[in-house]
Amino acid sequence: MTNHLLHLGPIDLIVILLYFVVVIGIGFYLKNYMKTGEDFFLAGRDMTAWIAGLSFVAANLGSLELMGWAAASYQYGILAAHWYWIGAIPAMLFLGIVMMPFYYISKTHSVPGYLRLRFGEGSRAVSAISFALMTVLMSGINMYSMALVMKVVLGWDIHFSIWISSITVAAYVFLGGLLSAIFNEVLQFVLIWLGALLIPILGLVETGGWEGLQQRLTTNLGKTDYTHLWSTLGSFSDNPMGIHWTGIVLGLGFVISFGYWTTDFLVVQRVLAAKDLRSAKMAPIIGASFKMFVPFIVILPGLLGLAVLPEKLVPESVAAVTAGAHSYNEVLPLMLARYCGPGLLGLGITALVAGFMSGMAGNVSAFATVWTYDIYRPLVKKEKPDAHYVSIGRWCTLIGVLVSIGTAYLVMSFQSIMDYVQALFSFFIAPLFGTVILGMLWKRATPAGGLWGLLAGTVSSIGMWAWVKLDPSALQIIALSPKAKDMAENMYRALWSWIICVVITVVVSLVTKPRPDSELKGLVYGCTEIPSESGLTLVQRPIFWAGVVTVVFVVLQVIFW
Amino acid sequence: MHKPGMISIWFFIGVLLVAYGLLICGAGIYDYVTPPTAPTVLANLHAGIWWGTVILAMGVFYSWRFYPRSK
Repeated sequence: MTNHLLHLGPIDLIVILLYFVVVIGIGFYLKNYMKTGEDFFLAGRDMTAWIAGLSFVAANLGSLELMGWAAASYQYGILAAHWYWIGAIPAMLFLGIVMMPFYYISKTHSVPGYLRLRFGEGSRAVSAISFALMTVLMSGINMYSMALVMKVVLGWDIHFSIWISSITVAAYVFLGGLLSAIFNEVLQFVLIWLGALLIPILGLVETGGWEGLQQRLTTNLGKTDYTHLWSTLGSFSDNPMGIHWTGIVLGLGFVISFGYWTTDFLVVQRVLAAKDLRSAKMAPIIGASFKMFVPFIVILPGLLGLAVLPEKLVPESVAAVTAGAHSYNEVLPLMLARYCGPGLLGLGITALVAGFMSGMAGNVSAFATVWTYDIYRPLVKKEKPDAHYVSIGRWCTLIGVLVSIGTAYLVMSFQSIMDYVQALFSFFIAPLFGTVILGMLWKRATPAGGLWGLLAGTVSSIGMWAWVKLDPSALQIIALSPKAKDMAENMYRALWSWIICVVITVVVSLVTKPRPDSELKGLVYGCTEIPSESGLTLVQRPIFWAGVVTVVFVVLQVIFW
Repeated sequence: MHKPGMISIWFFIGVLLVAYGLLICGAGIYDYVTPPTAPTVLANLHAGIWWGTVILAMGVFYSWRFYPRSK
């Protein structure tokens, strides 16, 4: 393959090679500290707020995230930033301030584990099996997508990319468990910023700052709606995404965002590893403060690409059949090639590889924990020594990686699977949030209510998705407008499935017998004594920093209104 | 985050950044002395030199601050 975007020199290759050496080295170094299940699956519950917070954000900051949202901002403009701001910050703060005490005080190993304590084995089994399955499938899809990008961008063989990256991740998670994953995620977070930050800096120099960028976009596109966050959301037809503000606020900002950031164990596991409750509450707040500025290295490069790149980028399907055309997904590599010389190019590619690895390690470590503690231990072999479960966790890491590789090859053969699996993943997030939030805040919710609500929400979400697949005109019913586009469907489907989950949970709970308060201690608001923070000064309190982040968040919305 | 005797992650990061800073800064200086035939956009700003210096400075700071025997 010679028709690729970037050409790496010896310095670039050394930069990439050094990265691989260090992440593997960290895995070997930490192996000596893995003694117990708590060490392997929860990093000894010994992380500072900063480490847990950075890892919390890095586990989500995968390479697809970087390139996908840069592509989305090229396509939809600054509206893509909603996924970083309204679609993340309120939920992260809510996790830290409201939900973390219950996760942490209950001493659960996982989110399905919390559901067992609150609603019983049925709810745990449903969420654990669906989470384990979806995690490895998503990991495989991400792996394939990453390998495809490496092929297009660098001309690397697709099998080489898949196997080298996977073996590296498998090695360091196998050796050092969650601690190794978290350590490497912090390293990867730093490299992602250092590798990607130069693009917006040089891009803004080239365009003459933000005002210069806006002028170029207006000149190139003949319209101004690409740089406004909210003012174009009054109607489905006024913005490039074809979405209404209610879909962004209620669907994305409430259900999808809260579902992902507060119940997806991939990210919550990082916070559970914090050393005490205050650190666990601070970690998502620290994560939110960094997340708020990620658009600077993801969204801004996409907008800059729209302003300065001489070629017009096209959808993936068009690029595949058009000689010399580049797809939206290539905007970040194209910007790297535009500004980065020897060494810097290697650092930029390292940032992409690091992003992929942090995302995959997150999936694999979460899979190993949920499989071992929520499927293997309760359903296969109970009451075994701790060392047995550590051993199972290690082997699950390898099995998880191998299944992911298998999925990557499956996707390679049947690419439409990617659409289906991504949809499947979304089926579980919104209803799970409904079940967990009612479980934490409403002590009248019963085990039967939790289980049937979760099942009803999931089945209704699948039903709505199938309905639109069979009859595309159904989109206007689900998304409440004939002008709605695909993105709006996801938002409203999530909202409806969450509402259905909540309604069924409430109705079933009201006609079934609740658990006594004595069984709900440490699990539910009103039955749990939250440790007092009266001994802390104002600046030591998580709520103070949540307030600071909220103010900055609001200011950003106003600036880019 | 530390068990007794465990090296801080920030030290690992510092060491890697020192290596990266030297490589990138060195490559930037080489490009300054012998300009490439196909320069990147804004190559006149010599981003490799100053960005490499920033990375090197960060690396030196973290290596020194979190050196295992510094306490």
